[in-house]
Amino acid sequence: MEMLIKVLNSGWQALVEYLLQHTVTCLVPAFFIAGAIFTFISREAVLKYFGPNANKLLAYGVASVSGTILAVCSCTVLPLFAGIFRVGAGIGPAITFLYSGPAINVLAIAYSARLLGVELGIARAFGAVVFSILIGLLMAFIYRKEEAAKKQNAIQPFLVADGKTTDWHRLGMLSLMVAILLTATAKISAPIKWPLVALEITGVILASKFWFEKEEIKTWIEETRKLAYQIVPLLLIGVFLAGLIKALLPPSWVASFVGKNTVLANLVASLSGTLMYFATLTEVPIIKALLELGMDKGPALALLLAGPALSLPSMLALGKIMGTRKTVAYVILVVIFSTLAGYLYGMIT
Amino acid sequence: MVTVKILGTGCPNCRKLEALAKEAAEEAGIEAVFQKVDDINQIISYGIFMTPGLVINETVHSSGKIPSKEQIKEWLLKESQS
Repeated sequence: MEMLIKVLNSGWQALVEYLLQHTVTCLVPAFFIAGAIFTFISREAVLKYFGPNANKLLAYGVASVSGTILAVCSCTVLPLFAGIFRVGAGIGPAITFLYSGPAINVLAIAYSARLLGVELGIARAFGAVVFSILIGLLMAFIYRKEEAAKKQNAIQPFLVADGKTTDWHRLGMLSLMVAILLTATAKISAPIKWPLVALEITGVILASKFWFEKEEIKTWIEETRKLAYQIVPLLLIGVFLAGLIKALLPPSWVASFVGKNTVLANLVASLSGTLMYFATLTEVPIIKALLELGMDKGPALALLLAGPALSLPSMLALGKIMGTRKTVAYVILVVIFSTLAGYLYGMIT
Repeated sequence: MVTVKILGTGCPNCRKLEALAKEAAEEAGIEAVFQKVDDINQIISYGIFMTPGLVINETVHSSGKIPSKEQIKEWLLKESQS
């Protein structure tokens, strides 16, 4: 009984501490930014780089970073992947997008950097971009014959201009919000920080009044609310679970499996990451708990990269889209490259 | 009589689009059959990248966003006449 209370208490404490520290300064601005990206930025402008006749090299580059704009919500990732794979630029860029998407969106970057430290946050984004391109190129190389045969019975992609233009006003608005996020989470003293944040918020309010239609602002607020409703409940469960893990898992276990930056430890981390299911962003508090229990930074990055990129349910969905053989090949590549990324990172730091 | 298909894997926007399209058909007085397509391979066979997608009489009219009710009415009228 006493044990149970201790465990639940740890989960509860994690939740309270989390709410106080991270919600206001990090997640609120990040949700507004994600909503703004969804509302203000033209996705067609990005999608045209994924068309069947798009420049291949460019498609890989765009795929590796476009998660920032396209993967705002995890429910859009799989249809987009399927679209790029079947209708658009083919398996390589599709895989690149699939692997980097969960790591490169604004919520994931802001939240990882905030909770796990700037260094690991940057390593996650950088690792996701570089290794997504490598994995994409390898998949395209392995299946190059099938890709060449696919060209004949192509489906006509449905791409029309969505009426949005990405002009200076929109970029200015987004930069203002990113500035709020950076200022609010920066390590500067309160008397300087909060007036600066207030100034930036005033800027956003003025910008939304003068630069945008009322209708657009309404959509933006609505999208932000929807995203928060979708993600926050799952996130709270994740934070609570992370608290439980901290209380239940003996540090000696963590230390013996992933306490040192060895190839084996990184392999264990990326392999378990591939099998585990993390709802959007929940990987971050859970990895934080594991780090506090003694996990090394290398395996932490391996888990961060492999975890959100794959899970058992997503493997099943992928199998339906591209077949079992290609899915198995992808899983193996994800495990290998996430292990490699973690190991390299662990060696540098 | 038109056939309206809502393409999506069950995200909140798909449900919203379905409700909106039903309202539009009712207000425009057009008899329509609604169908939900949630199989990802079928969705892709229409050539769309972003869900939700709106297909009326096998023609894709929108993808990746929720069009306005007026816009949906216009498409419904056009499709019901052809």
